[in-house]
Amino acid sequence: MDTRPWLLLPLLLVLGVVLSYAVLSIPDPAQELPTMLTDNMTISGAHNPVSAVLLNFRGYDTLLEMGVLLAALLGVWSLDEMPIYRGSAPDQILDIMSRQLIPVFILVAGYLVWAGADAPGGAFQAGALLGAAGVLLRLCGWRVNNRYSGLPLRVLLVLGLAMFVMVGTGALLIGSEFLRYPPTVASELMLIIESAATLSIGATLAALFLGGRPKGEE
Amino acid sequence: MSNIYLYALLGVGLFILGIYSLIVYANLLRKILAINVMCTGVFLVLVSLASRNHNVQPDTVPHAMVITGIVVAVSATALALILMLKINKAIGKSEFPDKDCE
Repeated sequence: MDTRPWLLLPLLLVLGVVLSYAVLSIPDPAQELPTMLTDNMTISGAHNPVSAVLLNFRGYDTLLEMGVLLAALLGVWSLDEMPIYRGSAPDQILDIMSRQLIPVFILVAGYLVWAGADAPGGAFQAGALLGAAGVLLRLCGWRVNNRYSGLPLRVLLVLGLAMFVMVGTGALLIGSEFLRYPPTVASELMLIIESAATLSIGATLAALFLGGRPKGEE
Repeated sequence: MSNIYLYALLGVGLFILGIYSLIVYANLLRKILAINVMCTGVFLVLVSLASRNHNVQPDTVPHAMVITGIVVAVSATALALILMLKINKAIGKSEFPDKDCE
């Protein structure tokens, strides 16, 4: 550490004071926003306000976020092929544990998607679980068959984004605006989007962990 | 009420700690971790400031933004880690050589 931290510390202190001042002197929150949210909950198709904001009122954010996930994966895949790990046989505890845990992970992920409509939960939490299941499987030496690592994997990866865009465009076509779902079917549409997004997020996270595009006939 | 600002200031503190490590340490893994700590600080500020309303429930829009932010941070971290591995493979260590020390 040949830099001079004694020069740095006062600067950081000033930055900290400025940021703290900014945080403390933030103007009072807009009172209309939460009230507006509570008033419009009935048309959102969800009972959990966070889900309603994520998938309905600020659907654009979530749509672009799926895009960011996909872009990160494209970046990783464009850099390198999947490195070859010398797969050693997992020891017995890991082997048995993973066999017990993976079904539970999948079950809980399904529950989280379903519960996301009225309680904390939703596509991202469930997707993270599926991703963890994928990582665990990979650590146990399981790998995707070459047959599925080509087109089927890619379809799975873009499924969430594609479903989101299709539902949004569908809303546009029936005369409303992009991503403005008709209130009567909003909850069904959100469930479809969330299920597709869960699968995609899980697959993307697991694929990011692998650190490269799968080898195989392209 | 003052609790909320305590948590928000804690977030600012985390952010500053992150910046400090980002500047001081040369190792790229430490820099990536530092950026993640900075992200956590920002999330803490957002989540704590969301409960400033005197209403029953906190403002959910910042909460949704934090979920979005977490996912973006995870994907950016994954990409950064792969880039770090590539650099490690290319020059044999995960930090850039300092020109003055050569």
